[in-house]
Formats: sequence, C-alpha cells, structure tokens
Amino acid sequence: MLASLTPLVTRFAFLSEESGHEVHAGDGGALAQWAWLIVVVPVVITFLIVFFGKKSPLKGWGMATFGMAFVAVYGAVLAWVNLQEGILYEGAIEIGKIGPFALQWGWVVDGLSIMMYFLVGVVGFLVFVYAKGYMKGDVRYTWFFASFSLFAGGMLVLVSAPNLIQLIVGWELVGVSSYLLIAHYWEDFDNVDAGNKAFMTNKVADVGLFIGAIIMALSAGSFQFSEIFEKMLSGQTSLAQFGFWAGLALFIGAMGKSAQFPFHVWLPDAMAGPTPVSALMHAATMVTAGIYLVARLFPFYQLPEFAGNVNAIIAIIGAITLFFMGLLALTQDDIKKVLAYSTVSQLGYMMAAMGVGAYSAGLFHLFTHAFFKSLLFLGAGSVIHAVHSNNMSDMGGLRKYMPATFWTFMIGTGALVGLFPFAGFWSKDEIIASGYHTASVDPTFAAWFMVILSIGGAFITAFYMARAVSLTFFGDYTGHAHPHESPKVMTLPLMGLAAFAAFAGFLNVPGVTDVFIRWVTVRAFPIVEHHAEGLNWPLVFIVTPIVLVALTVGFWLFRPKETQAERDAFTIPVLYPLFEHKFYIDDFYMDGIIRPTMGPLADGTLWIDMNIVDAVPNLAGGAAKHVAAAVNTVDQNVVDGVFNTASAGTGATGGFLRKALTGRVQQYAAMSFAGVVIIAALFMIF
Amino acid sequence: MTIIQFVLLGAALFSIGLYGVLTRKNAVLVLASVELMLAAVNVNLVAFDVYLGDASHAGQIMTLFLIALAAAEVGIGIAIVLLVFRNRRSANIDELDVMRY
Amino acid sequence: MEWFDSGWGLSLVVFLPLVGALVLAAIPRANEAAMKWVALVTAIVTFVVSIVLAMRFDYGAAADIQFGTNLPWIDAISANYHIGIDGISLPLVVLSTFITLLVVIYSWEHWPEPHNPKLLLALVMILATGMTGTFVALDLILFFVFFEIVLLPMYFMIGIWGDTSMRVVPVVNWEIELRLYASIKFFLFTLFGSAFMLLGFLALYFKSGDVGPNTFDILQLSELGRAGVFTGAFAFWVFAALFLGFAVKVPMWPLHTWLPDAHTAAPTIGSVILAAILLKLGTYGFIRILIPILPDEARRWAWFIGVLAVIGIIYGSLACLAQNDVKRLIAYSSVGHMGFVMLGVATMTDIGINAAIIGMVAHGLITGLLFFIAGSMAHRYHTRDMNRLGGQMLLMPKMGVLLGFAAMASLGLPSLAGFWGEFMSLLASFNPLDGLSLGLFRTLMVLASIGTVMTAGYMLWMLRSVNFGEPAAEWLDDHNLHDVDKFEWMAWAPLVVMTIAIGIYPKIVLGATNDAVVNLVNKAFGG
Repeated sequence: MLASLTPLVTRFAFLSEESGHEVHAGDGGALAQWAWLIVVVPVVITFLIVFFGKKSPLKGWGMATFGMAFVAVYGAVLAWVNLQEGILYEGAIEIGKIGPFALQWGWVVDGLSIMMYFLVGVVGFLVFVYAKGYMKGDVRYTWFFASFSLFAGGMLVLVSAPNLIQLIVGWELVGVSSYLLIAHYWEDFDNVDAGNKAFMTNKVADVGLFIGAIIMALSAGSFQFSEIFEKMLSGQTSLAQFGFWAGLALFIGAMGKSAQFPFHVWLPDAMAGPTPVSALMHAATMVTAGIYLVARLFPFYQLPEFAGNVNAIIAIIGAITLFFMGLLALTQDDIKKVLAYSTVSQLGYMMAAMGVGAYSAGLFHLFTHAFFKSLLFLGAGSVIHAVHSNNMSDMGGLRKYMPATFWTFMIGTGALVGLFPFAGFWSKDEIIASGYHTASVDPTFAAWFMVILSIGGAFITAFYMARAVSLTFFGDYTGHAHPHESPKVMTLPLMGLAAFAAFAGFLNVPGVTDVFIRWVTVRAFPIVEHHAEGLNWPLVFIVTPIVLVALTVGFWLFRPKETQAERDAFTIPVLYPLFEHKFYIDDFYMDGIIRPTMGPLADGTLWIDMNIVDAVPNLAGGAAKHVAAAVNTVDQNVVDGVFNTASAGTGATGGFLRKALTGRVQQYAAMSFAGVVIIAALFMIF
Repeated sequence: MTIIQFVLLGAALFSIGLYGVLTRKNAVLVLASVELMLAAVNVNLVAFDVYLGDASHAGQIMTLFLIALAAAEVGIGIAIVLLVFRNRRSANIDELDVMRY
Repeated sequence: MEWFDSGWGLSLVVFLPLVGALVLAAIPRANEAAMKWVALVTAIVTFVVSIVLAMRFDYGAAADIQFGTNLPWIDAISANYHIGIDGISLPLVVLSTFITLLVVIYSWEHWPEPHNPKLLLALVMILATGMTGTFVALDLILFFVFFEIVLLPMYFMIGIWGDTSMRVVPVVNWEIELRLYASIKFFLFTLFGSAFMLLGFLALYFKSGDVGPNTFDILQLSELGRAGVFTGAFAFWVFAALFLGFAVKVPMWPLHTWLPDAHTAAPTIGSVILAAILLKLGTYGFIRILIPILPDEARRWAWFIGVLAVIGIIYGSLACLAQNDVKRLIAYSSVGHMGFVMLGVATMTDIGINAAIIGMVAHGLITGLLFFIAGSMAHRYHTRDMNRLGGQMLLMPKMGVLLGFAAMASLGLPSLAGFWGEFMSLLASFNPLDGLSLGLFRTLMVLASIGTVMTAGYMLWMLRSVNFGEPAAEWLDDHNLHDVDKFEWMAWAPLVVMTIAIGIYPKIVLGATNDAVVNLVNKAFGG
C-alpha cells in the first residue's frame, strides 16, 4: 500500500497559497483508508445477486439497494468531513509490473471523488428504490438489479481511480453495463441495436481515450495521476511535447462517454432501456464520466504548455452540443427522447464550462443536473408507467391524475430551465457568468462563442420544456389507458430528488455561500480559477427574461387544443425537417461508415482471403495434384505395364490354383501330410 | 535293449493323432490330437537318445524344448479357439472358412 | 525435493501424458470408463505437478532457468536433453496442462463422431506432451521434435473427427470433405514452415562451430547471438527461415489461411487445443529463439513483423464481420488477437513482450472458452449458421450468458484478461525499441486501436445474431437444446474464473514474466 500523500499535501498547501485559494486538508484517517469499501461493496453485491439473487427474498433488489445506501451514507460522511477539514488520500495495491510501469488498483479520496461518491450513492439509492416499483413484474427483475449494481460498481471504480488504467477499467465497465441495460428487452432487435450503437460509439471514442492514456503514461512515465501532475509541474516530462495530442485524444474519449457532438448519437437511442436506467446512467452519472475525466485532468488542461490549447476545442464542442442538440429536443414526440436531447445539451454546458476554465461551475452543474434530470426522468417514467406509452401524443392533462408526479416534475423543469430559486438557476448562471468572465479577460472566439450559445441554449431549453410539460400535463387526457398516480415507492424518491433539485443550488450562491467550491477544490493539485464575488446581475437580467419569454411562447404555442396532434402542429419550415432527421448525422454514420464497413469492405476482405490469399496454397495444392496425376499416368501405362503383364500371369495361375483352397483346415493338413509322405517316399526310393 | 516297442508306441500315437487332426470337427479335439502327435515325437526322441547313448543327450534336451513349445502352442491355440467360439458360438472347424480365396 | 527441482519435475510434466497415452493403448476398447479415468488422472496429476512447479518457482529469480537439467542425448550431433523454464515459459506450461485437463473433463460426455475415445484421448495426451515439451525445451533439436510431435495428433484429430460436410475449394474448384481439406492443409502448411525452421536450426548449428563446438543449445546460441556471431546474409537467411516456421504457426497474415479451415473442421476439443495452445508455439518461438539468437536481424525486421501483425488485426476483423459461421468467426478473431500479440513482439520492448505473453495466456483462456461454447452450440443446433440461430438467451440462458461473457472478454473488456495484452501492446508500440521507426509504430498503434473497435463490432454482431431476439420456430420444440450440462460447467467455470482473476490481478502472469522479459530484452538489445 502506498502511504498517504503527505509530501503532496505540503506541496499542495504551498501551491494553493500561490493560487490565492486557501484550503487545508488532512488525510482523512481511517475513514479514507477504508474508502475502498465504497467501490468493493457494489462489485461484491453484483456477484452476490448473480449467484443468489433469484433465491433471495427481495430478488436482488434488497442487496442492490443496500449497496447504494452504504455508498450514499459513506459518501455523505466523507463529504461532511471533507467540508470540515478537507481530505486528500490515495491508497493503492499493486497488481503487477510491466516493464517499468507499476499497475495498481487504488482509491482516491479528494473533493472531486467525494462529490461523485456522494452523487452516485444518493441518486443511485433513490433510483433503486424507485425501480422497485417501476420494474415490478419485469421478466428479468433480478438480472436488472445485477446489471444495475455492476454499473454502480463500475462507476465507482471509475471515479475512485488514481491512475489511468483503473479509469479505463471503470470506463468500460460502465459501458458494458450500459449496453446490457439498454438492451434489457433484447427480444426486440431495436433495443439490441440501441445497445450496440451505444457500445460502438463509445468504443470509437475510446480509441481516443486509449491513445491519450498511452501518450500520457509513456511521456510521464507513470499511469498515476499524482505522479503525472507532479512531473508535469516540475517539468520532468516530455509531456509538453505531446500535451496537445494527449489532451485532444483524451477529450475525444470524454466526448464519447459524455455524448458530445459528434458522438452524441448513442444517447437518445439509449432511451430504449428501462426508465430508471435512463435516469441514473444516461442522465445523472455515467454520461458525466467525460466531464469527470476532464475535471480530474483539469490541471493538465489548464496549463498552456500542456493541453491548454485543447480548451478552446472543448469550449467550442461543448457550445455546439449544448445549442444544436437542444434544438433536436424540439421535434421529439417520445418524452424520454426530449429529456435525452436535453441531457446531451446540458452535458454540453458542463463541457463548455470546463473549456472556459470554470471547474467548479461545471461540476456544480453536473451536481445539480444529476438531481433534477434524474427527477425529470423518473417523473417521465411515472407518467409512462401510468399511460403505457412513451409518446406525448398519447398523454395530456395528466396534471389532474398524477399530482405528485406533476409537482415534482414542475420543480425539475424549473431547475432545468434555470428559474430562480431552483438548483439549475444557480449552476447554469454560474457557467454563463464564468464564461463571460473568461471572455472578458481573454476575448477569444471560443469563449464568446460559448457565452452566446449558452444564452441561446437557455432559450431553447425553456422552449422545449414548455412544450413537453404542456403536452404532457395540461389540456385533456387523450390516450386510452386509465392514468393513475404511481405507488409510494415511486413518488417518494421523486420527492427526495425534488428536494435536492429545489435546494441544492444554495450550496453555492456567489458571494454568500461557497460550500460547493470548497468541496470540489480539495485536490492534490491546485485548481486555479476565477470565483466571482457575487452574482453577475446584468447576466441574470438577460438570461431570466429570455427563459421566461421562451416558457411563455412555448406554453402558448403548444396550448391545449382539441387534439394532441393539433397542439403539436407548430413547425418552422426548413429547420424542423432538419431537426427531425437529427441533422442527418445518424444517417451519415449508418450509410457512410457502418454499412460500407460491414458490407462491401468486410465481404471484400473475405473474398480476397478465400480467393487470393488462399489461392497460393490452393493452387500449389492443385498444381501438385495435376503433376501427381501426370506422373500417375506415366506410371500406370509405362512403368506399370511390365509389372501388370507379369502379375496378370501370376493372377491367372493363382486363379486356377485357388480352387484347391477350400478353407478347410483339415483338408490342408491332409494335403500337407500327403506331401510329407510323398517326400519321405522319394527319400526312401532314392 | 530293444527299440521296437518304443517305435511302435510312437507310431501308434502319431497315427492316432494324425487321424484326430484330419477327422475331428471340434477344434479343441484337433488341438488335442496335435498334442498326441507331439507326444509321439517326444517318445521317439527319448527312446533313440537312450538307444544311441548320445553323450550330450541332445534328444532329451530337444524333448524338454518341445514340451515347452507344445505348451505355448496349445495356449495360443486354445485362446484362438475360445475367441472364435465367443464370436461365432461354435468351434466347428468346417465352418471356419473365412480364409478361403 | 532435490530430485524434483533438478529436471525430474519438468520431465514429469512433459512425459506423464505420454505414459498416460501408453496406458490408454493397453486398455480394452470396450472399457471406456477406464480410459476416461486414466486420461483424467493423468491430466490431473500433470496439472498438479505443474502447479507444484509454479509454487516452487523462485519468482525473485524469474529471469533464470529453473528446474533444468542437461543430459547428453544424441552425442553424434551434440543434441542434448536440455530442459528448464524461466518466467516466460512458466505461464505457458501451466496453461497447457490446465487446458489439457479441461479438455479431458469436457470430453467425459461429449464425444465427437466417430466415437473411438481411446484414440482420441491418446491423441490429446500426445498433444499435451508435445505442447509442454516445446515450452520447456532448451535445445533446438528437442524443441523441433516437440514442435513436430503436436502435428500428427492434430492432423488425425481433424481428419478423423472433423466436420464431414463437403466444401468446394475456391480457385481450383474441387469438392472435398472439409475435414480432409482442413487436415491436409494444416499439415502441409505447418510442415512447410517447419522444414525451413529445421534448415535454420541446422544453419545455426554449423555456424556455431566457427567459434567453438557445434551446438544446438538455445542458451549458448543466444550468447553467441548477443556476441554478434550471426551476422550479415547468413543471419538474414536464418531469420527468414525461422520466421517462416514460426509465422505459419502463429499464424501471421498472409500465412493464416489454414487456421479458419482447421478450426472450423476440427472437433470441439481440437479447436480448443489448437486455439489455446498450438498457436502459442509460434509466438513462443519468436520470443525464445528468434529474438535472443538473432537480435540484430529481429530489430531490422521488426517493422515488417509489426506491419504484418496490424494487417492481421484489421484484416481478421473485417473477415469476421463478413462471417455467418460462428466457429469461423472465432477462428478469424484469433488471427486478429494473435496480431496484437505479434505487435507486442514486434516492438521488441519489455512492455511489448510482456504484453505478448499475457496476451497469449488470455487468448488461450478466452478463445478456448469461445471454442468450447461454439462447439457445444454446434452440437446442439447441428448448425453453425448465425442466420438461423437467435434468441439463445431464451432457449439456453446459461449458455447465452457464458457466450456473452466470452465475447466481452474477447473484445478486450478491461477487468478481464484480454484487456491487458491488447492495451499493453498498444502502449508498447507508442515507444518501440530504440532505432525502430517511431512514426511507423505510432501509425500501427492507431490502426491497431481501430482494430479494437472492429473487434467489438463483430463480437456484438455475433451476440446480436446468436443470443438476442426471438428464437426461430425451428428451435422452439428442439429437445436437443438443453442448457449447459455439468461437465461443461466443470470445464468452463475454471476458464471463466481465470479470465476474471487475471483481469483483476494480472500479477498472476506478470509476476512470473516481467523480470524474465526485462532480462531477455536487456540481453538481446543491451538495454
């Protein structure tokens, strides 16, 4: 085991003085040393469910939920201690050496990872409770919780990673559990295809992650983040030479997991999975892994001599994602897909925040978004549970039937669109304000691009949410089911999440509280960023009216009418067809890359293999066979002629003689005795 | 010492054995007859060894050798006959003509 | 235990199976139970002895030859019975005895037609001797003998118990039984390679006479190689000859075409042994013989090996994407995976060669499992056509889960064994040995990582076609489709466990190999 990072802590104190941000950190004591339990418990529980789940009284739900409750409580305790005194700890066990590199499993306990432990634990616990109601009677109830627990374990492996290898392991584990859960209803090939799409898109992006990790590890001579940073800051690495490429490659990996343009295509399809999956994985936690990666490597992306130049790309990609992918939510009829595109768009906000150097703001949005977006998904799940359809055209007027769902959904919507005083208001405002600050200090194209699209994005977010809420909850019910409020086991988690969605924003009110900033900036290496003294009032007065206008326009355009179809009839020519076809990006991947690869390219390779590469041996074999045949002909007709003639004579003689051979032993014996007698007689005579 | 009784005994044994080999249908009896023929040879060998007063007693040594050989031969023979019987439920040698042609 | 450490232990591991084969030969044909028990006991004892070896192995001195002995064998050509293992061979020896044991367990109730368990088990035992023998031999003649011993049993295994369906050979248009075509092709390809290999060995033997007594001893030849005795055109031709011999066995593109046919035609246990161990003989030859004896030549041609390896990766993956035959798909995937192993070797670095060895072990476990499963599936469905299969998760859920696990492991899922070899060989190719072209190897790295994407593509495609969806009507009332039975569990569960164990704790392999590899690379390239 590695000792705690005492030298690093001293060093950190020194550097943090420089950055002007005072943080004291201890090593967390036994609490941090035992934090590996957070990772191990869900993983062990996964195995337990696989082997004993079906026989256990709660069919695996109990074990899975216990695991999440454990993580939530442990995370909360860690968070509390972290706020009191700060925790910086890194533990590891060695699992092998390869050349000069030590491979390790380990666990990092610092502000960033504690925030993720807490988030995964709390949201996970609430979603698991909800899933008991939602998944009731499912064909693969136990299997579902096993995969879900595997996901939790993988996610915790990821966020606890002190090195790139473990990060990759966790990264792929959440990927495979995502695949399993998206394809949960695998009887239908559509769901399997959605799972494959998610896996493959991520796998493509993972090429970036692999290459980035390789470049980084080989340049710095270690997989450990702490060593990489240390060498980076002390200038003992060739990382500067490759910094841009390593940063870019790792960012490509992050783009895949966090569904950034142009790797966003998998996330909306991933909604084929059960709704709790969409809430926990595809909204709250798994998709934030990319943001987490950039945040974990923030010092690397921050320094101009390393990957500083990548920041502009991150900001631009984030801005494109947050604006243009938000647009796609406008035309979706499936309520989960509306929320999915909304998630993509919000992930764009977080990524863009990282790009403009707003570490805390990005993570703050990650934090609040986890609550309000999983709330919205679970609310949507509750609705779907009631009307047995994903489509908003089958909904309407549900406000009256499902009050608890409606009110919690409203809180979630308020948070998502950024209305005062809900959580999203604070976090989104912080991002835009940080972007504005960066743009005003260092007016680059990327920064301004990000600021303008962020403000535009706020409008779009409010607009599509107004449409979704209006079509779902207002007007008259038009479907054919009998909507009813969901059971307590589902509404209680909604209320829990709603509480967070409503109040989490107060953790970080600029100039008033800085709990969240103090929380996540407890890092072994200083996070240098700007923290505003107070709210940027001019921005608030620009953004909030924009949101209100968008909400009003949205509600008015999609106001209750005779039929749902009539309500949803609003379109903008040229643009809407473009949105409906998702900017033709999916089509391009399918027809431009996948089909040609699996079709002509693969078939062609196989044809070449069988007809050209294999032709040499086959032809050689063929030629050998022909030569052999020729030799054989000569042999048969010429050489063999002599022998054949001789043997024909022998054969004829034998044919005659064999008539004497009856197969009776005694006859043979008599004949041989006769022979002996004759020979004896001859001896006697002569 | 006369030799004639021993030669007659040998001739009689050999003839009986030869008769058995040529006429019996049961393979076991055929084998027994073969033994008789061998016994006849042994009698002759011992008798002539003593009669001729061979100093090296080659005849008696040859007899011992033949006894061992006969034992081995009858062992293999019986084994074959038993296997044949097991396979064909019969030890009748008239039916054993698979080696014809 | 003095006797054990001084050669007897290793000799036991190598020759116990041969004794088992002799005992099998003495058992009456009717007494199948006795045959099974003899084979099982032999396999278990051999495995236990190999485990004892692994436990008594001094990991602190993994770079040294241990448990060795060197006895005169054929004095006339100074060929010796020189055996011994270091950290590089140890995992492979254990892998061979392990796979042999599992194959015997699996065979307990899964007999390919035509039955004849006596011959089949005896062939497995002879194969085991050949395989472990190759990994422990430190004398070129001994190596060659063991290397060739495996040829005949495999030839008979494919030719007798193989797939009897007819196949039209492209290009020359013969129609021939697949098993005959495949077995002859396998035999001729390998023989072709080993003929050159033997020439190479002889050349080394005679050349070694220039500086001392002629020798076939691998360790002595390595010393000579390091001292620069083998240079110039001589070295080139010897390299070419040995390369051919080993590359056919690996197999490297474009010498791989025997592999899909052999795997498809072979009975289940044949494909398992072929994939899990026989392919490793070639890569082991590269690491044990080619690099130490001809280091300069290896360095000169590393680019060539690397390029062929990456062509193998991409090409194998593309060929997989076009497959409808489950076993053929797995066979082509072997071409891709062995490409990663060879890419690791081609970098000529400690990381790369470590990656190659852990990749070999992982491929042995994972592809062994895949072939077991594919064989059992083919046995139940009587077809390997993926277009006809589907919905296996409903028909045979446990089989489906295992297939899913094996596919995930095969596509290199981190936390399972396959990841380490793949990732580490990519890692190694970013910084190959000094003097190798950085640009080329970094390009190869990128191409190979694109290969990982395609691997995922065809594995997921296979899962989609075989496991998911609703089963076709023809399978619904098929009574053949019983789920994984007890012998299958006993044979497969250890593979699953080891795949996870090595994935989580790669030290199981790396603990033995790392020092040995570092030593080998340092000696060969003077690091």
